Amino acid sequence: MSPPVLDVVDLTTEFALRGGGAARAVDGVSFSLARGEIVGLVGESGSGKSVTGFSLMGLIDPPGRVAGGSVRLNGAELAGMDAEGLRARRGREIAMIFQDPVATLNPLLTVGAQMRMALAAHARTPRRAADDRCAAALARVGIPAARDRLAAYPHEFSGGMRQRVAIAIALLHAPSVVIADEPTTALDVSVQAQILVEMRALAAETGLSLIWISHDLAVVSGFASRILVMYAGRVVEQGPAEAVLRAPRHPYTRGLIDSLPAAAKPGEPLRQIPGGAPSLGALPPGCAFAPRCPRAAGACRAAPPVETREGARAWRCLFPLEAGA
Amino acid sequence: MLGFVIQRLIQAAAVMAVMSVIVFVGVYAVGNPVDIVIPPDATQDVREEAIRRLGLDLPLWRQYFLFVGGVLQGDFGRSFIYNEPVLSLIAGRAPATIELVLISVLCATVIGVSLGVYAGYRPHAPLARAIMALSVLGFSVPTFWVGLILILTFAVSLGWLPAGGRGETVLILGVRWSFPTLDGLAHIALPALNLALFKMAMMIRLARSGVREIMLTDTIRFARAAGISEATILRRHVLKLIAAPIITVFGLELGSTLAFAVVTETIFSWPGMGKLIIDSITLLDRPVMVAYLILTALLFVTINLLVDLAYAAIDPRVRSGEAR
Ligand SMILES: Nc1ncnc2c1ncn2[C@@H]1O[C@H](COP(=O)(O)OP(=O)(O)OP(=O)(O)O)[C@@H](O)[C@H]1O
Ligand SMILES: [Mg+2]
Repeated sequence: MSPPVLDVVDLTTEFALRGGGAARAVDGVSFSLARGEIVGLVGESGSGKSVTGFSLMGLIDPPGRVAGGSVRLNGAELAGMDAEGLRARRGREIAMIFQDPVATLNPLLTVGAQMRMALAAHARTPRRAADDRCAAALARVGIPAARDRLAAYPHEFSGGMRQRVAIAIALLHAPSVVIADEPTTALDVSVQAQILVEMRALAAETGLSLIWISHDLAVVSGFASRILVMYAGRVVEQGPAEAVLRAPRHPYTRGLIDSLPAAAKPGEPLRQIPGGAPSLGALPPGCAFAPRCPRAAGACRAAPPVETREGARAWRCLFPLEAGA
Repeated sequence: MLGFVIQRLIQAAAVMAVMSVIVFVGVYAVGNPVDIVIPPDATQDVREEAIRRLGLDLPLWRQYFLFVGGVLQGDFGRSFIYNEPVLSLIAGRAPATIELVLISVLCATVIGVSLGVYAGYRPHAPLARAIMALSVLGFSVPTFWVGLILILTFAVSLGWLPAGGRGETVLILGVRWSFPTLDGLAHIALPALNLALFKMAMMIRLARSGVREIMLTDTIRFARAAGISEATILRRHVLKLIAAPIITVFGLELGSTLAFAVVTETIFSWPGMGKLIIDSITLLDRPVMVAYLILTALLFVTINLLVDLAYAAIDPRVRSGEAR
């Protein structure tokens, strides 16, 4: 097997709190990403998915900081790398797209101007050649009459098309990794499905690796080959998508699956995980999920469970569900 | 875009028509200038002759239309006091005010926006804190007091700069200007600084809050995620995104300072329009008052129009929104 494109070990990101101390938004996250692989990162709102993405990009601003761990991108260690080194890799080796395409593109600049700016960040290109490359990038993500559209402003595109423009910008330098932070959440369902299909084809075709962030397990389940489930800053379970969905080991994953609309019988109310997500400032000393967990026992409240690995799967739980249950 | 301009021009003309009525009626209500223009010991004949000559015997609406008819031919009437065409009276004073105000508002904007952008980009740096302290000072100290302090410091104690007057002037396009000569610039420095401080404080605040807000948006995050350098982000994204409110305030400040630079002009004995309008009010010089107020209204309407055009030039959404 070829070495992973991205190898993350024990990534920890903290935000300094006003009264002193720090909130760990990302706590000991480890995973790796193979070439062409799609990993789904799921979890409730506030579980640390976006902060994980920004940490990988080296885009955590004070009062936050990456407090520890290692991130190897194409073999180069990003932890401790200087600002210029990180900038030179952003957009070229690792790129990111966001949830709201209305907010990501600058409304005052033409799409072409924004694309050329992204191009110029890593490659000096004469104007004509730059326009050719930008138009080709737009065409690749399914924007018709791409060459003419370079002169258009973002508000002249629909939401789905705007997100395609953002994707085209992210793919401009053919990065090895793209972090997609809920990029289809703001779009309607049919556009969402189209984009998912196209992105998967792109990954298969070009060997692009994707980290697809979503709070919606249903979106990720049919799309990603591997799933990471986050809870309160920790990856509580990870493994091949199909295996995790069929036989989750962590009670939280089980809860997420059970609360999917598809899991409910027609006419029955959806099942929800009781309680709410804990606040980062006041995490329990043990497993953060223990207060909401039907299986929790005294030991769960003593210390956070360490990761148990079994083949391609891993979980953080003292009393995991049976394999195959 | 052309439709947009025409529509705004029509609006501007309507505003001007309404303003002229308000100003004319308002000034009419202020008082009767006859008693000031005519010596108290004049005979009844002389009095009535003067009233007729000034057109004060006509009903108000006829006076108004006579006035408007004159204005449309570029004639604002003659000053009661100086017995000179009002327009040439104002034109004689305007350059002094214009150069003073333009220099101060431009400096305030360029320096204020630069400092504000820095303070918004690095809000926790010591220099940023110093800039914000400066802006609080600029806001809270009254202009006339700063003017006096400036004179006492730089003119009286240090003797570096003159305390008043326009200094050496040169004739350009038939008008006298101070700014092209060193001596003239030395004379402009203190009053311009005096006028600029408050505006600079405002520009600092405006730019800083704009930058702080924009730095947190996904637009900037996305640009950073694409590997675009910080300098390019500031230049291409941030400056453009904060421009709209700054242009608005620039326009308003330019207009209001041109019209009402009285305090500073008085302190620094700057022979601009401020003194002219104060005199015309105390002497009930009706033609000067009316012309001045109408020209001020015209100034604001024009600036407003230019600001709107600048908006449309910056923001494509404004352009297409107005075209529809
Ligand atoms: N700039 C910041 N300062 C302080 N705390 C922050 C900051 N950014 C994020 N956090 C905290 O980090 C935690 C994780 O946030 P994150 O945005 O990663 O959640 P998420 O999983 O992406 O949620 P969502 O699905 O709502 O996007 C949250 O509790 C949040 O309060
Ligand atoms: Mg998020």
